[in-house]
Order: sequence, then C-alpha cells, then structure tokens
Amino acid sequence: MEAIVAEDVHFSYDGLQPVLNGVSLVVRTGEVLALMGENGAGKTTLVKHFVGLLKPRRGRVLVFGVDTREATVAQLARRVGMVFQNPDHQLFAETVEEEVLFTLRNMGVPPHEARAICDAVLREFDLARYRDRSPYSLSVGERKRLALASVLSYDPDVLVLDEPTAGQDYFNKSKIARLVNGLKRRGKGVVVVTHDVEFAAQVADRVALMAGGRVVREGPAAEVLIDAQAIAAARLTLPQIPAAAAILRERGVKLSRIPLLPGGLYAEVIALLDGGAP
Amino acid sequence: MALVELIDVHFRYAGSEEYALRGVSLEAEEGEFVLLVGPSGCGKSTLLRVLNGLIPHFYEGDFRGVARVAGLDVPKTPPHVLARHVGMVFQDPENQLFLSSVEREIAFGLENMGLPRSEIRRRVREVLELFGLEELKDRAPYELSGGQQQKVAIASVMALEPRVLAMDEPTANLDPISALEILSLVSRLTRERGVLAIVVEHRLELALRFATRMVVMDGGRIVASGDPRRVVLEASRLVGFPPVVVAHQLLRNRGLIGGAPPLTPEALSEEILGVIGWRR
Repeated sequence: MEAIVAEDVHFSYDGLQPVLNGVSLVVRTGEVLALMGENGAGKTTLVKHFVGLLKPRRGRVLVFGVDTREATVAQLARRVGMVFQNPDHQLFAETVEEEVLFTLRNMGVPPHEARAICDAVLREFDLARYRDRSPYSLSVGERKRLALASVLSYDPDVLVLDEPTAGQDYFNKSKIARLVNGLKRRGKGVVVVTHDVEFAAQVADRVALMAGGRVVREGPAAEVLIDAQAIAAARLTLPQIPAAAAILRERGVKLSRIPLLPGGLYAEVIALLDGGAP
Repeated sequence: MALVELIDVHFRYAGSEEYALRGVSLEAEEGEFVLLVGPSGCGKSTLLRVLNGLIPHFYEGDFRGVARVAGLDVPKTPPHVLARHVGMVFQDPENQLFLSSVEREIAFGLENMGLPRSEIRRRVREVLELFGLEELKDRAPYELSGGQQQKVAIASVMALEPRVLAMDEPTANLDPISALEILSLVSRLTRERGVLAIVVEHRLELALRFATRMVVMDGGRIVASGDPRRVVLEASRLVGFPPVVVAHQLLRNRGLIGGAPPLTPEALSEEILGVIGWRR
C-alpha cells in the first residue's frame, strides 16, 4: 500500500538555491526503500518533508492520503517515525527512561501501558542498564540506539532512519539490519537514508538514487545497485560483489547476470564451471 | 626503534570500576597503516588517547605500564610536546575547525608552535598542495562538504609534521567516494612520508585494502594483530567479513580456491579468473 507519495516536490531553504528539484517518489508499506546519494544530494531535506518538518514550495507530499500542508507535525509523526542522523537533535530528557516515556506520553499512550512498553524497548536495544543515566552520558552509538528505541516505542506505520549505520560497529549494524527486516515483515514501511552501499545491498528492496536534488534512478535494489553508470552519477561506489562481477565481464567472462550478494556470485562461478565441464 | 611502543598498558577511567585497557602491548614502526578494529567499547579510542597523552594527562584515572611514542615517555611528557609528534583526527571535523578560512585553520597550529612566519608560509603552501586544497584556501570551513572538512582537519594536523597520525573513525560520516579519498590520502602519507597511521574504522570494505596491519581489540585487550589477510579471518566473530571475503569463503569451502582471502573486488576477480582457467 502507498504510505507516502511525493509528487514533483520542489524546495529551497532560502528561496534562491533549489535543494529539491522536482522529486517524485512513493514509499510503500511492507517494503524497505534505500534513499542514497552523496553528502548534500538532498536526501535529508526530502525525508523531512515526510513528517511535515518542511513543506514543499511546489508539488505536494501525501502521507496516507493527507497533504502534509493540512496536518501538523504531531499528527504526521504518529504515522511516520523519524530517527535523525544526529541523535542529539531529538534527545532532551533527564534520563534514558524518561526519554522513552515522554515520547509515549506525547503519542497518547496511557501511563500503565507506557511503562511496560518502555521496559521492553530498553531491553531490546540493550539500554536497560542505563535507564537512570542522562542520555548525554552515553556514547554516540548508544544515543543513536536510544533515539531509535524512542521512536519505535509508539509503533508508527512508517520508519525513516537517517544514516542508521554511520559509526556503528559490526554487532549493532547486524542488529539494525535484523530490525529493519523485522519491521518490514510486520508490514511497516521503512525508508533508510544511507550512503553505505553494502548495508543497502543487504536490506533494501528498492533503491532511489539522488543527485543534485533529483531522483536520478529508482527501482529494485538488485537492478539499481549493480548499475555502474547510475551509481557513478550519484557519486557512490558499486558494492564489492557487483564491482568484482563487472571486472569479470570486462575480462570476457560470460556471466548470466551481475549478482548483488556473495551467494549470487558463487552461483555464477559454479554455473560457469558446470557449463564449461566436458 | 619502534615509533610507538606500548608494554602491558592498563587504564581505568576515574569513577569507572572496569579497566578500559587491560594489558595492551603494541609496537608499530614508521610507514605502517595500522587498521584498529573491534566492537564499540573495546578500548580503541582509549588506546588512541594514550598515544597523544590525553591519557594520563587529561583524563584522570589509574594508568599502569609503559607507553613510549617517538622515543618520548608519554606519562612524563607534557601533551603539548606530544602533540608535535602525534596528530589526532576525529569522526566529526566540525569539532576541530573553528576559524574563518581554510588557510588560517591550517596556519593556526603552526602559529601556536611559535614557528617563524616564513616557515609557517612554507608549510601551509605545502599541505594545501599535498591535499589539493589550494582552490578552497579562502573558503570558510563551515561552507565545505563533510569530505572537504575532514581533509582540512587532516591537513591542519599534518602541517605540524607529526610522525604518528591517530584517527578515530575519520570517515564515519562520509559518502564512500569521499571516504576512499581520505583513506588513500592517509595511505600515501604512510608510503611517501613514513608517517605511522593508526586508524579506527568499522567499515572493513573501505579500509582493509589500505591496511598494512590489522589489529583487533576486544574487552580492553588486543586479541589479534598482523597481516590483514590472515587477521580478517580470525576476527570475523568480532568485526564480520567484508562481502569479497564471504564470496572467497564460499568458493574455498567448495574446494575451488585456497589460501588467504582477497581484500578488494579487483583481487577477488583475479582469483575467480584463476579458478575458471584452472578448470578448463
């Protein structure tokens, strides 16, 4: 189902320099969309439109059919939860526990339920032992997990995660990948803003590449993330496996397709050997 | 003599019950690119802080063991002296840049060292050229992209001509092209100028190709150290495998390929060409 529809969105912060130049994009429930591009491509500006923090100067954004110009940020935030790249932009409570309880109160969850939900998400994100500490005493990675826990606590229909893997170690990155997959299975729409091409290869169903305030290529991850030209236009790098496969093709090896993940490349090599055997 | 020498270093932050470093020993020479990896909280950043003397001079706590950098005994050398030998670069360059132009930013540390004007001019010119920043020299750092800012941060540290460059996740917020640019620049400094770079980075797929040594930490200890192609296999439990290593493992388990894993797509494709040729 279509959760967010952006139609020909134009935006500029100062009225002069365009940051978004006619972006059209659909976010669906039950699907992971990776929004990718170099620093400054307009990714964060676009997702701020999804919760009404910014309104288009031209074009429109519909969130579950409602034009963002006709709703408050508080109303939109109930359907679309946003986790910013810098967690300090959304953390302000005295303690870790209060941070989550505040969000739940704000979203109208009754206090006795809020307590149980808070306990559960703090456990899930390995933050329970910090419940009485100030968010500012945590490491950047922990503060990021707290921002995520807070937003997930009230169960919005769409999650927007801005650079969720930046600065995260291997364990937390795997955990975030599992979390994103779990959200998708529960029918949520997930938008991941990222320039981590390997993470996108792992979790995304669809990829939209942005450059210069436009979506320059959009489609299934298995098609977009192997498209060397489009990836270069968005100033990204091919993930390692398609990069290796592209070299093999250049060297005259007849691959049936360019795979995205290691298992796919393995299958191609085996097929070549079987085909070439007498 | 080793440029960095740590022998059985222990450190506990004041107010903390646990030791952040629990018997770390490490020797590193000039020209090495040491990739330092491990889970969050394993002691990587604490180790970097020992190198430039923030520990034990600035962070209070319980320090034991031997730490020598560029022949200086860290606990007995004031941080401003160590700063000439060890340059630090952090994840977020914004915290490091505060002046009105790139050129002034680079000159600032040199002025603080009390160098003569002509020497300051020479060094500023040299790093602007080395880092390809000539055209940006009059721009304000806050107007620049994240990748450019990080370049300026490294340039202003390198102007001091340190022999050791300690970098704490220098590319965490950068897109892959900017990240590769920064890391290959650092690699050049190690090869052409004999700088010892010790770089903390989580994304193995970006950093591993530049490393001459991989050091893995866990729970305040070094648990593996050596040739990246060997260590990457030993450390997968803690830091995972980059995709090219996963593909290599699949082919190896099938008995098609042997030896150490490739670290880049180029190296993986070479190995695969070998497999195909061998069977035919």
